[in-house]
Amino acid sequence: MPSNYLYIAVMALVSYTIRILPLTLIRKPIRNRFIQSFLYYVPYATLAVMTFPAIIHATQTPISGAAALAAGIAAAWMGAGLFPVSVICCALVLLIELFV
Amino acid sequence: MMKSQHRTPLRGDASAWAFSHRVFTEGMRDGVPIALGYFAVSFSLGIAARHAGFTPLQGFLASLFNNASAGEYAAFSLIASGATLAEVAIITLIANARYLLMSCALAQRFAPGTPFFHRLLIGYDVTDELFGITISRPGALNPYYTYGAILLAAPAWAMGTALGIMAGNLLPLRVVSALSVALYGMFLAIIIPPARQNRVVAVLVLLSFAVSYACGVLPGIRALSEGTRTILLTVLLSAGAAVLFPIPVEEEEAHAQ
Repeated sequence: MPSNYLYIAVMALVSYTIRILPLTLIRKPIRNRFIQSFLYYVPYATLAVMTFPAIIHATQTPISGAAALAAGIAAAWMGAGLFPVSVICCALVLLIELFV
Repeated sequence: MMKSQHRTPLRGDASAWAFSHRVFTEGMRDGVPIALGYFAVSFSLGIAARHAGFTPLQGFLASLFNNASAGEYAAFSLIASGATLAEVAIITLIANARYLLMSCALAQRFAPGTPFFHRLLIGYDVTDELFGITISRPGALNPYYTYGAILLAAPAWAMGTALGIMAGNLLPLRVVSALSVALYGMFLAIIIPPARQNRVVAVLVLLSFAVSYACGVLPGIRALSEGTRTILLTVLLSAGAAVLFPIPVEEEEAHAQ
């Protein structure tokens, strides 16, 4: 297995390149409709795929993970920001696991 | 915008990118809630880094140089399962692909004549939140606003990760369990509000949940690593949505007005 520092270097290189290429090279708007649409949808697909079912396996019991998922969706739906949604999810898991 | 294009491309209005105490302070003010959120969320990221065998220093460096929640999380999960460097590079690329789009949008907002190094510095920390506050300011981009926010957000992100690694084994299991959903809460806070406004995004999110679940259960596909499944599903689902429901292209012009 490669050293962790090698992993960090690869991650950092890729992350920085992704951000810096458009900023330095592309001075005109992207015109290709497919690429525009693809890039638009990518964050939602990645984050959704990574969230479920992983959130249910992350906790001690699946019930608390499922409850956190439901509460997180509800809170975000009602307009709560990044920090409040995270806190609500954590608090609910803590609360449920006190009893389960 | 039109006027500056007709002028000889001498120099833009330097006041657009000049350092201003007021603008820098505004950036720091708006960076406070972001830094607090980052600190909490990166703490749970540290727990994932710990599973991957990262020391606090390594976690600190990884976060300092990546500034990416989903990207780092995906990479740490892969590393924990003994991934190759190429796999880590691909998952980082996929999970962070959205920053490509954000950087494209930011690139359009620099005033003509802004010194080049500002692009290199802004590119250091293009995240959902920092992009959000930067792009929502009217007029040309003053990099010092974003620097003010980065000055608080980036160290909070890196230190939270390191502390998560250090405290991960000091905290009771119950607390670790609770904190480990913070990151997912952050993901939900990013994907749900647009899903509420856009039906296609809502369906895409639901479909992603369903397909992701199915792939974790189905024989054959289940054998693929979690990271590989995330890459495949992201590309397939996003490409499918892009083909079936291409976004309107006119929007760009409307913004330019």
